[in-house]
Amino acid sequence: MLQQINKSGIQTFHTPSPAEEGGQSLTGFLDMELLRFSTAGSVDDGKSTLIGRLLYDSKSIFEDQLLAVQEASNRLGNEEINLALLTDGLRAEREQGITIDVAYRYFATPKRKFIIADTPGHIEYTRNMVTGASTADVAIILIDARNGIVEQTKRHSYIASLLQIPNVILAINKMDLVDFSEEVYNAIQQEFEGIAAILKLKKIHFIPISAKNGDNVVDASLHTPWYKGKTILNLLESIPVHQIDNEIPPRFPVQYVIESQNDRYPVYKGFAGRISGGVFSVGDILLAIPSNRLSTITAINEGPAELSEAFTPQSVTLSLDGNTDIKRGDMLVRLNKKYPKYSSTISLQVCWLNIKPLTVGAKYIIKHTTDETKASITDIRYKVNINTLENITDVKSVLMNDIALITLKTLKPLKYDDYCENRLTGSLILIDENTFETVGAGMIVTDEEIFSFNI
Amino acid sequence: MEPKKLTHLKELESESIFILREVAAQFGRPALLFSGGKDSIVMAHLAYKAFYPAAIPFPFVHIDTGHNFEETLVYRDELVKRLGATLIVGSVEESIRQGRVYEEKGFNASRNNLQTVTLLDTLEKYRFDAALGGARRDEEKARAKERFFSHRDEFGQWNPKNQRPELWNIFNGKKKEGEHFRVFPISNWTEMDVWQYILQENIELPSLYYTHKREVFERDGCIYAALPAIPRRPTEQVVVKRVRCRTIGDITCTGLTLSTANTLEEIISEIAGSRITERGGRSDDKRSEAAMEDRKKEGYF
Repeated sequence: MLQQINKSGIQTFHTPSPAEEGGQSLTGFLDMELLRFSTAGSVDDGKSTLIGRLLYDSKSIFEDQLLAVQEASNRLGNEEINLALLTDGLRAEREQGITIDVAYRYFATPKRKFIIADTPGHIEYTRNMVTGASTADVAIILIDARNGIVEQTKRHSYIASLLQIPNVILAINKMDLVDFSEEVYNAIQQEFEGIAAILKLKKIHFIPISAKNGDNVVDASLHTPWYKGKTILNLLESIPVHQIDNEIPPRFPVQYVIESQNDRYPVYKGFAGRISGGVFSVGDILLAIPSNRLSTITAINEGPAELSEAFTPQSVTLSLDGNTDIKRGDMLVRLNKKYPKYSSTISLQVCWLNIKPLTVGAKYIIKHTTDETKASITDIRYKVNINTLENITDVKSVLMNDIALITLKTLKPLKYDDYCENRLTGSLILIDENTFETVGAGMIVTDEEIFSFNI
Repeated sequence: MEPKKLTHLKELESESIFILREVAAQFGRPALLFSGGKDSIVMAHLAYKAFYPAAIPFPFVHIDTGHNFEETLVYRDELVKRLGATLIVGSVEESIRQGRVYEEKGFNASRNNLQTVTLLDTLEKYRFDAALGGARRDEEKARAKERFFSHRDEFGQWNPKNQRPELWNIFNGKKKEGEHFRVFPISNWTEMDVWQYILQENIELPSLYYTHKREVFERDGCIYAALPAIPRRPTEQVVVKRVRCRTIGDITCTGLTLSTANTLEEIISEIAGSRITERGGRSDDKRSEAAMEDRKKEGYF
């Protein structure tokens, strides 16, 4: 593997880092955006090789890291350097030779900074995949071109759909082992489009690649003249980020109230939070939920800087005229724009994260946006077999790594949107009352049609 | 509507400020661990912005090994004064005097590991329930899986197998009596992000980060300051070089980089061309492959 890397390192096009770009060097990064993507896959599908190549080709692997990995490879008896060791962080994992948790990796090109949530793909680790996918703008699903679409592909696609990841890249890997056959590629694409339609996946991009040899990863491959699309890196550099976040109804969960007296502000009270949908501007009239009282934005602060408007996902502080009897957990929304729902009976898709199962009647602490309450489980409607996508009814408990549609009753009402409309105001976590562990991840569903797949 | 663009630095800043405010909202007695290094300086800047115009609602805690570069302490005191913050110093020398820890012996002796005891003692003494740190996931592989909110048991220990999943931007800081959290608001930043942010925000740094002439010596491929805190072998020659710090910690484990970079722009160019990670110069990580993982389990930063 080391030879491979060295060889490709020389051949590969060298992605200049921001500082190397001559004239642009000092301000180039001021235009860079941030893209978060998740990768899911097993050891054999080339996921580690793909990540290794993206990191290496963007100069994000350093010599001392390579050396450490090489030494570890030798100790484990691998003659060649094992790039998977770069992404398998903890000793327990190295000893067992498996990835048991989400690992975050970073690399940058002059256009963007990337955060990879690298998750194991085995069914036992569904909860890790869900965790990694929860913040992703893009999911990369790898397929071995020789095997085509397998059970695991459906599982990964289902999770991308469940978590409402805006973009899915289906990387059809190991194309070198099928002679870069356009027919193989077309057949897989056609079959996957059927699955994508069932799962109501959003935007899908198909790319034929060979992670091992670098085809269509960073550079366009000479072996796939029939493929006119982008390489993986080109795509990652150009997929819009937060595209819809600013078009959805404005949401401002109040996080913290800042009060101060000083020279610039004799009496200051500001409402701090991270915008979780839409745009807010000075002069906007806001409705506070649950009090239903009105106020007007008089200033938007980002530290000492005053802004005229702010958008998702900026952390800002709002100064308000009118009602200022507002506390953490309240939600500020724009008057006469679509309001969030307000109810204490809530249906949600839940991914169970804990060894102790979820049961009807059990009580949990709920954290939703900056709000917190308690809830009891009133119904388990069905579990989803994520390999076949069939619903299993008459279920008594939800086990770790299960995904189920449940109903719960909260102590105080939540103000929320459907998860498919807003991933931030439509998500919640369940916390065990005794251990305080995070035991469930919930995605709120009002229109159940959205999650019923006709297969 | 024209899509609005947020730069990567703005998005990282926004995420970190969100975490800092969550800590202020969810914990009764948080503290910010301040080492005088660039990451904790960025943390201080973010905390200033997060709570503006109010004062930062938690004290700074410095775990002082007694082996500091003088410039770091001067900078620390000025910053704390400017921000109107409270400073609490936990002294490793005091822990040694009290017999809580024993000084390592020999040429590679370091107080770096001893810090853990002083840190845990300090957290306990002031009953802090959350300690904010400037650790980043890109620093070291044991940190790549660290949570933003990292749970520690009643002994201050980290159990990598029992960390709470973190989804979306919902953070669970619930804990039992005696337990605490370490919180890492700049988890998602890389070394380059930190330097670009320092340049963008025009943040003042200790002079150690810029090139300066210093008496140094070489050991195991790293360059160290020739100061009394590090005993030298007779064969280790002291020479004068133009160097700068890429990270700043305890003198005994802070490797220096040969550099003529005198401005932030030059530092950024230098890092962009570097082929060694910033922790490559830190002898504490070289003790074994899982050195960081082991120290973290014990309650290290």
